[in-house]
Amino acid sequence: MAQAKTARERRLTLLVATRKGLWQATSDAARRSWRVSGPQFLGHIVHHCVADPRDGKTWLAAARTGHLGPTIFRSSDRGRIWHEAKQPPAFREGSGRVVDHTFWLTPGHASQPGTWYGGTSPQGLFRSEDGGATWRGVDGFNEHPQRKAWCGGDQDQTPDGAKMHSILVDPRDASHLYIGMSSGGVFESNDAGAGWRPLNRGVRADFLPMPDPEFGHDPHCVRLHPAMPDRLYQQNHCGIYRLDRPSERWEDLSAAMPKSVGAIGFPMVLHPRDPDTLWVFPMDGSSVWPRVSPGGKPAVYRSVNGGKSWQRQTNGLPKSQAWYTVKRQAMTADVLAPLGVYFGTTSGEVWASRDEGRNWKCVAAHLPHIYAVEVA
Amino acid sequence: MRVRVLIPGPLRSYTAESPVVSAEGASLGVLVGDLDQRYPGIRFRIVDEQGAIRRHIKFFVNGVQATNLEPALKDKDEVMIVCALSGG
Repeated sequence: MAQAKTARERRLTLLVATRKGLWQATSDAARRSWRVSGPQFLGHIVHHCVADPRDGKTWLAAARTGHLGPTIFRSSDRGRIWHEAKQPPAFREGSGRVVDHTFWLTPGHASQPGTWYGGTSPQGLFRSEDGGATWRGVDGFNEHPQRKAWCGGDQDQTPDGAKMHSILVDPRDASHLYIGMSSGGVFESNDAGAGWRPLNRGVRADFLPMPDPEFGHDPHCVRLHPAMPDRLYQQNHCGIYRLDRPSERWEDLSAAMPKSVGAIGFPMVLHPRDPDTLWVFPMDGSSVWPRVSPGGKPAVYRSVNGGKSWQRQTNGLPKSQAWYTVKRQAMTADVLAPLGVYFGTTSGEVWASRDEGRNWKCVAAHLPHIYAVEVA
Repeated sequence: MRVRVLIPGPLRSYTAESPVVSAEGASLGVLVGDLDQRYPGIRFRIVDEQGAIRRHIKFFVNGVQATNLEPALKDKDEVMIVCALSGG
């Protein structure tokens, strides 16, 4: 089980990755007041910035600019000094494929310090074994004969480009991996990425003609519970799901959400010590998929029973005319007790709750379009 | 072939903010490789892994646009790298 830390034990830093650079929001020990600092990489599109929990000091940032190609920046001193990767993620020469940007970063297994995974747009899986300095394609996925079928073509892409995301490493077994793809679905590997198979049974894909396709789904965010790694949750284009392995069939939890709100969103956050507690941020999935808070009334929804029922959490959030969009990496939690939950909006606001979502406070505003919020 | 290379603002973090550098190469492709030796990382920001000039980057050799990295270079040529006008 994750160890609960008291608020006195440390201050928190949120890594706020935006379309125009990287900012930090740092709290006092009580998480009552916050100070915003930055930017770093001003003008860079920073899709994800992640701290390495294994050493507490390494940060990686996936960046590109409107003109320049994608790269990875690395810091070994919590963001003071950054170095560019010597060999950023790139597809094999001759493959005809080009990495547009690295979209997702995941630190590797605790037994493999220096190992990181990166997911790209278009869908590609990359691994670094030297702390992000050099990256190599995971051929078991990138060169898989079924990859093209799994990922689809241009018409299967999300509007901002097809993504590989939600790279999950089983804390019990470094060789056991999951990935999520928009589009493509959820896939599993039991051999460190050498082989992959779809894991989408029970998940709807109502944008496809087939009633129960093997792949081609659109998971927006997939999470594995760190203390109970056989439990996964998924916020999908078509609802909210839970999977308890060794089952192969996802359970659809969507009906438990209020009909007027729906079960569509991008992010999903798990309580690190309680496998039954999780948060989602619903967004309007009707008509042309506006992807904003339904009715302009932002709300976080929490479940404490594995998604069987949900409670609306709005205290402190705007009551009306607040059309928030929260992207899939832009909602996270700390490990303190009580748990802090955080989200960032595409309108540049960072919201924090230091009491598990009961009360919310805006701790940063006027930032650029936020892509990701992570705790360092 | 020693060539004068004009560096646009977004790439000057690689050249210690210098707007003009020298590099060598008998072709544009070789020149870009030499630039990367001198300023590690610069090539991948402007040329993708399949050897194509990135979408918002332009190269001019003595004022004439190059659409790929094949053009030959000779001593004292001037190569200008340009970030295309786009953004927002």
